[in-house]
Amino acid sequence: MSDRVEEFRSRILERKPLRLKGGGSKDFYGGPLRGEVLDTRGYSGIIGYEPTELVITARAGTPLAEIESALAARRQVLACEPPHFGAATIGGAVAAGLSGPRRAVAGSVRDYVLGVKLMDGEGRELIFGGQVMKNVAGFDVSRLIAGSLGTLGLILEVSLKVLPLPLAEATLRFELPQDRALDAMNRWAGQPVPLAATCWQGDVLTLRLCGAQAAITAACEKLGGERVADSEAANFWAALREQSNAFFAGPDTRGPLWRLSLPSVTPPLELPGPQLIEWGGAQRWLRGAVDAASLREIAAKAGGHAALFRGGDKTGGVFAPLSPALMEVHRRLKQSFDPYGVFNPGRLYPEF
Amino acid sequence: MMSHENSAETAQDVANPDRQALLADLARVLPAEALLSADEDLKPYECDGLTAYSALPWAVALPQNDEQVVAVLKVCHARQVPVVARGAGTGLSGGATPVVQGVVLSLAKFMRILEIDPLARLARVQPGVRNVAISEAAAPYGLYYAPDPSSQIACTIGGNVAENSGGVHCLKYGLTLHNVLRLKVALMNGDVIEIGSHALDDPGYDLLALMIGSEGMLGVVLEATVKLTPKPRTAQVVMASFDSVIAAGDAVAAIIAAGIIPAGLEMMDKLATAAVEDFVHAGYDLTAAAILLAESDGTAEEVAEEIATMSVLLEQNGARQLRISQSEAERLKYWAGRKAAFPAVGRITPDYMCMDGTIPRKHLSHVLTRIAELSAEFHLRCANVFHAGDGNLHPLIMFDARNPGETERAIAFGAKILELSVDVGGTITGEHGVGIEKVKQMCVQFSREELDKFHAVKAAFDPLTLLNPGKAVPYPRHCSEYRLTGSAR
Repeated sequence: MSDRVEEFRSRILERKPLRLKGGGSKDFYGGPLRGEVLDTRGYSGIIGYEPTELVITARAGTPLAEIESALAARRQVLACEPPHFGAATIGGAVAAGLSGPRRAVAGSVRDYVLGVKLMDGEGRELIFGGQVMKNVAGFDVSRLIAGSLGTLGLILEVSLKVLPLPLAEATLRFELPQDRALDAMNRWAGQPVPLAATCWQGDVLTLRLCGAQAAITAACEKLGGERVADSEAANFWAALREQSNAFFAGPDTRGPLWRLSLPSVTPPLELPGPQLIEWGGAQRWLRGAVDAASLREIAAKAGGHAALFRGGDKTGGVFAPLSPALMEVHRRLKQSFDPYGVFNPGRLYPEF
Repeated sequence: MMSHENSAETAQDVANPDRQALLADLARVLPAEALLSADEDLKPYECDGLTAYSALPWAVALPQNDEQVVAVLKVCHARQVPVVARGAGTGLSGGATPVVQGVVLSLAKFMRILEIDPLARLARVQPGVRNVAISEAAAPYGLYYAPDPSSQIACTIGGNVAENSGGVHCLKYGLTLHNVLRLKVALMNGDVIEIGSHALDDPGYDLLALMIGSEGMLGVVLEATVKLTPKPRTAQVVMASFDSVIAAGDAVAAIIAAGIIPAGLEMMDKLATAAVEDFVHAGYDLTAAAILLAESDGTAEEVAEEIATMSVLLEQNGARQLRISQSEAERLKYWAGRKAAFPAVGRITPDYMCMDGTIPRKHLSHVLTRIAELSAEFHLRCANVFHAGDGNLHPLIMFDARNPGETERAIAFGAKILELSVDVGGTITGEHGVGIEKVKQMCVQFSREELDKFHAVKAAFDPLTLLNPGKAVPYPRHCSEYRLTGSAR
């Protein structure tokens, strides 16, 4: 394995643009792909897993599926539910920072990062964070890496917090128009109900409850709705997480897929195209050929932001632009981790 | 102790022309009552909760609004005068210790809760709002702010952000990091930036992760939006006693292996138990080697189920006495001892130092055995309080500063414990921060290259190194001094 690290280092020290790649499952995401591929999949394997300490450490190229099956054997999970989108690796999952249906309640990928080993743009191996839950020594660089789209360095290893598999689950379904569904999701999230995930689409609200059996039984009684059979429910949430249901996987003729990240209480937005709402109202997907600038303005007005998630014209940038002061901080961070602009240039912002 | 080492220097500074010019500039941007410069007015700001280190700054600024904060920062930026932001001053690592020839920027007047949105489950507050005040304001809606550091009655949210504070419930509910959505931050040059939002994420790098726990070195928090959590219907605690810390540690592992994340999971060793029992009379088992408190919260049905499961596991793992709180009063009584552990130890010793390493729990017995050996070696008693769920260990080293050499011995003992934490794969600080107290031990945990990156991160926000300089991240010279002792990496 140390040969692999040396190979990575010599590639990096060539100071030519590199496109960091694991399973390539998120090649569609972010700015245009540039640079020669550096494939992490040969650098793979779980290094340590301590179920009773709730920590797993793995090399970046380890398939997410391998990690999840190791966890499942001990009845544990990654509660942030990063999508596989095919053959995702754990390094790619952390670099992209995308979280699944349980995110609003359970937290994001970043929330579960405990530590990383990183190779910076000068080939140095750096360790930030560690394998323990509480660690405030130094700036929290390991969580900065989550969602940085590989622009700050090559992730070599990651340590993540894991959680027990919920003891029990139930899925409920309600016929509700968007405004009432948004209101219900927000109200229930403020009550001691074991809410785990929500999804609204086509006037149907689907709720997932996770927790102790007693709590699930009590919540089902309190909330009402129609109980969905367990196997159907499992398929529904998996298809949502993997974006393989009809809304996401349907023909591209409806236009590109936009992701709107908004305050959960944002009222229904009149947008040209079908919407799917997750995360209690905080994540809204839109299929439609819309004007990027006006969509960004709508999102910003509501206190959020819009990103071109899949498909479409990336020339205007994929993510909402930053204020000049914030861009300056970003540039300086990039400069210090990757002074020669080796890692994934343009993948996050065209400026770097 | 090391108090007042700088007062002579400060006294000479009265006529310092740079200081006079700074005071004149500050007087132009602040109302007279918001600027302190007389020695007796500066005195209350000479230290934070880590009283062993103190210094008198050139001035204390007490701005009342964002514009005044920005103006103070701009004045100091232009004159290249260091600034130390300060909340309630309850920090335990010297993060708010003033810098000599610097300005202390107190956020004490930023005490307003700007908004509670029960539907969105968030609170928008100024940085000087006390931690517990947020929960009080949210209580009518059945909501609360989850992180509960033991100083929560006094400590402020601005300080919590700076330290990434935890508390006894953070295994289940997360740290400050997991409960802050958005910050409005003034940078040292006076630029004001928004980090995070009322949505769940932000475009670009996750700067919230950097800001939270940055010990006041990256920016000054002007406003924070925090997440509110539904208040659990009920809570109950099991108190179990064990003949060995190994058995208690195994019981903790068994609970987690069974798929339970308790709301609180705390351990105290014999010496700590004796100290707190004497103080709060909670009815702890004084003959036990370790006491474990395991709390469950949620609906009544959920709690009953979890308590029953935990009780079985505790017994299977050798608990010799098991008591389940039968009322809210009893629950609070069981917790009172744990929450009062630091002051209780303070009663049986003239001085104590609180360490804050986190270790992988599997090494607990090794670490406690080694601490007992060190205790004998240094001739100093040490009680141990342990956030057992997340591995955060607080050894409390007892000493008497009046005895010559004893303070130095306590500091040396503490340094050994921190090094031990790093040796077993842990960290020198789980929740109290590095501050000035542990800045040298950073050289044990991090390489020169990693420390350089921390400096670069700071420079990305504060290129002139004026915000809380000298804290948290050591300079190479600190490490070369420390390396002489053979400890640094």
